[in-house]
Amino acid sequence: MNQSVFRLTLPILFGYLPLGMAFGVLFTTQLDYAWWAAPLMGIVIYAGAGQILAVSLLAVNAGLLEVFIAMFVLNARHLFYGLSLLGQFKGAGWRKLYLIFGLTDETYSLLTSRPRGTDRAHEQEVDFRITGFNQCYWVAGCAIGALLGDNVAFDSTGIEFALVALFIVLALEQFKSLGEGFPIWLGAAAAGVAMLILPPAHQLIGAIALVTAVLLLEYRKSRGQTPHKESNHG
Amino acid sequence: MGESGYLAAFIAVAAIATFATRVIPFLFFERHTEHPLVRHLGRYLPAAVMALLATVFLQRSADWSGSWMGFDALLPGVLVVIIHLWRRNALLSIAAGTISYMAIQQAGL
Repeated sequence: MNQSVFRLTLPILFGYLPLGMAFGVLFTTQLDYAWWAAPLMGIVIYAGAGQILAVSLLAVNAGLLEVFIAMFVLNARHLFYGLSLLGQFKGAGWRKLYLIFGLTDETYSLLTSRPRGTDRAHEQEVDFRITGFNQCYWVAGCAIGALLGDNVAFDSTGIEFALVALFIVLALEQFKSLGEGFPIWLGAAAAGVAMLILPPAHQLIGAIALVTAVLLLEYRKSRGQTPHKESNHG
Repeated sequence: MGESGYLAAFIAVAAIATFATRVIPFLFFERHTEHPLVRHLGRYLPAAVMALLATVFLQRSADWSGSWMGFDALLPGVLVVIIHLWRRNALLSIAAGTISYMAIQQAGL
């Protein structure tokens, strides 16, 4: 099982290692704290953009309330991820807490896109390992970056494109398994609108809120026309 | 509060805030798992989120002011789509897109 999980998470390895290293380098070069605080943050916080924001908050000794609000707002898109995984995580027992804790953009993408068998317990075990593998890549990146600091020698410029490519591939896979183009176009259009009217820090949450609002409207409309249609969806 | 005390408190607060965004749906909507609206979102939200993540990060990977006018990321992006529709092998599509993007960025044109 571990071999297939590794194959599945390989694109995330190529994304998380350099991005985690970027955070680690930033952490040791900007701050005076011990290097191991960087991988520690990868273990207990585990949020890419959040941790990079944390470096600038630490640099100005930000107040703790401000830290809470900034981190909550930056990660608010995760609020919507859980909504579509309520059923999938149900009955996962002790693993569930970790599945929820590890719900990054990339893990969410893999967990909602991969083909699933009928053995529920087995699939949740696979979900659990995917989450664990991904966090290992991230923490390793944080540690390597913090240890090397400015001495990072190899030119990995552009390798983080692996995550963009992963999102494209998973969008195509979602399109094929749904057989409907509507949510794909909706997502792309919402992203376009958000990028036009919002500053970069709020574009993701803005686009996800917009997508959810349109899905709600569309749900109400379809319920109004054919009240029992939804009960057919598996 | 000493330096390390502040760092410990900082990390704890940041960890709680991040976890809160991930756990809240499970705390408040767990009972409604079978509700048709939750199933509707579960069916369509992932595809829409994937498309918007791809769009936003593709835009951010591109250099819109240089001589490439965005094509430094758009070309590798299109390559990913073509190769994936052709072979439907995720790793192959991702590797092709990433290598071509790295080549363009490092060539420094």
